[in-house]
Amino acid sequence: MYKILKKEELAPGVKLIEVHAPLIAQKAKPGQFVILRVNEKGERIPLTIADINLNLESIIIVFQEIGKTTKLLGKLREGEKILDLVGPLGTPSEIENFGTVIGVGGGVGIAALYPILKALKEKENYIISILGARSKNYLIFKDKIEEISDEIYLATDDGSLGHKGFVSDVLKSILDSGKKVDRIWAIGPTIMMKVISELTKPYGIKTIVSLNPIMIDGTGMCGGCRVNIGNKTMFTCVDGPEFDGHLVNFDELLLRLKTYKEEEQTALKLLEEGEGSKVVSK
Amino acid sequence: MLVSKKKTPIPEQDPKERIKNFDEVALGYTVDLALEEAERCLQCKDAPCIKGCPVNINIPEFIRLIREKKFDLAIKKIKEANNLPATTGRVCPQETQCEAFCTLKKIGEPVAIGRLERFVADFELQKGFETPKIERRNDKRIAVVGSGPAGLTCAGDLARMGFEVHIFEAFHEPGGVLIYGIPEFRLPKRIVRAEIEYVKSLGVKIFTNIIIGKTYTIDELLKEYHAVFIGAGAGTPQFLNIAGENLIGIYSANEFLTRVNLMKAYKFPEYDTPVKIGKKVGVIGGGNVAMDSARTALRLGAEEVHILYRRTEEEMPARYEEIVHAKEEGVIFNLLVSPIRFIGDEKGYVRAVELQKMTLGEPDNSGRKRPIPIPDSNYIFSLDMVIVAIGTVPNPLIAKTANDLTFTKHGTIVIDEKTGKTTKERVFAGGDIVTGSATVISAMGAGKIAAKSIMELLLNHNS
Repeated sequence: MYKILKKEELAPGVKLIEVHAPLIAQKAKPGQFVILRVNEKGERIPLTIADINLNLESIIIVFQEIGKTTKLLGKLREGEKILDLVGPLGTPSEIENFGTVIGVGGGVGIAALYPILKALKEKENYIISILGARSKNYLIFKDKIEEISDEIYLATDDGSLGHKGFVSDVLKSILDSGKKVDRIWAIGPTIMMKVISELTKPYGIKTIVSLNPIMIDGTGMCGGCRVNIGNKTMFTCVDGPEFDGHLVNFDELLLRLKTYKEEEQTALKLLEEGEGSKVVSK
Repeated sequence: MLVSKKKTPIPEQDPKERIKNFDEVALGYTVDLALEEAERCLQCKDAPCIKGCPVNINIPEFIRLIREKKFDLAIKKIKEANNLPATTGRVCPQETQCEAFCTLKKIGEPVAIGRLERFVADFELQKGFETPKIERRNDKRIAVVGSGPAGLTCAGDLARMGFEVHIFEAFHEPGGVLIYGIPEFRLPKRIVRAEIEYVKSLGVKIFTNIIIGKTYTIDELLKEYHAVFIGAGAGTPQFLNIAGENLIGIYSANEFLTRVNLMKAYKFPEYDTPVKIGKKVGVIGGGNVAMDSARTALRLGAEEVHILYRRTEEEMPARYEEIVHAKEEGVIFNLLVSPIRFIGDEKGYVRAVELQKMTLGEPDNSGRKRPIPIPDSNYIFSLDMVIVAIGTVPNPLIAKTANDLTFTKHGTIVIDEKTGKTTKERVFAGGDIVTGSATVISAMGAGKIAAKSIMELLLNHNS
């Protein structure tokens, strides 16, 4: 059992939990993830490690409440426990002194981007961050990323903060300004990573994306997380989760992500109805 | 006395009924049936059957004890050699092992050794097992990687020898392939759990949610333990590498069976993990895993399930009994066909497979006749779900992080077969990670060999 030491709501429906997990905390590197199972009947879901607290031997996870499992996770209070937690999984990010690195983060992907940029900063890269979200309330980790960035740009769909529009607009204007950029990390919704990868391809700048397909075991055993990288089948859990965005077949991934859409809605509906009946029975 | 040429039949659930449930197909011998079958054993002095048993159970002796109705002693006799008899009694390919060597085979069917093993194991489980007294302890600690048949056997044997043994399991539940792979109707999970409890009762500790190669490396284990046994299995599914393989509705057998067996997707939405079930399902492959997948798909409500296999039934690696069971349940066998590509719809769902007809040529290096494509024989076979069950290769996680272990080009660990020793000091290995996908019992045999070598290394070394 893995105890929740701290919990915060970062934005509406976006939560941070700090979980006691000494073995994982000691080993985790930027870009890696964990798989957790909330309770006995729960599914196994992958979530990126957003930070580590070595003093408390804990890891920090940020997630958006979308499906049943993330909603159940969001209901757990400080002091309560998660049934299973395994990791760190996946291949760590390649952290080197590249020169100038742009980090593009969208939505909860910003939290996944943070440990990578932090490590890149420690390697003395010049860090340009571009963060985007629906509106300013959803720009999580803004202060933490600002702290480690040499330049930071914001974009919101509604224009409530920063540029009104997409992170890709901001990125394009930076690239067009002629600035020499050595590497780009883009982490966020799959469609955002697709757009960014398509945008950067003509510029010839290597663009790393962190994929989040459907996954079960996380150890290369089920093949459910297989993705098409340069026409080769790879397993996100062991070969990734980071891949060269210019080689990813995003269209296939976007289709595969919809596999259980119906089932996800059924589970969610039952959860909400279940809650409704509980309220009534009180 | 005249011996019956036939095995005493084992009662089974009616196929019409059993395809609607996940309950066990074979119901097991009653006392009377077990006694009847035990009487068939000739008690051969040279006991050829034992030669065919990878863990060397004293077969004539345990059958003699059954005859004398000493079921308690019969199970004790088996457990001298085998910690998981209720499992092996169900899933061993006895027809190619112990029973293949039975003298009775010369005049008819061999003694049903597997059914008798299962009978006494179930007899004990029903009344609660007895834990043997472990007499001496030493100060040596062993780490076992993986809690499948190889790991459980190695750990159980070492615990009996007096070692402190810790098993590390990547999943949240121990048992390996016995839990995630083999379906409930062939090996009920309560049986596996009971046998794991037995291994734990010998003093073995099992730590779940620990991935060796990630949470700890082999080198880190060697700092804390005197020896390490790697029984991590061959968990990575192979795919066909043909067009359309990532369409929605195409599963590896591992994924499909893990969803159903470990995550209980057949109980969705009571359990949260879903699984797709098509109306017309194609299962690619001819081994036990293909049969398990096909029969599972039927039970989950598929209207038609087709085995698509590139050789004939004769070359199928599946156990004969499993092929018979699958046919009884209505699985349709399409032989001498090989998939060329999968065809999907605009939403990304699989809708058909293009098959090419095959013919058989000369035997290849597996000893089976080689399938040869027939030119211009391709045709489109419509379906809406596919399970790829063409085998697995070892998981790459350990290879990525272990120094001085030697691997073959197939990713299996190189060992000395007589001892289970790897090329790395104090590290032993066995089971599918050494052989590639094989049987439960051969993995257990390898676990036993390694346990013995570990004992020799650690105890003789100091004496």
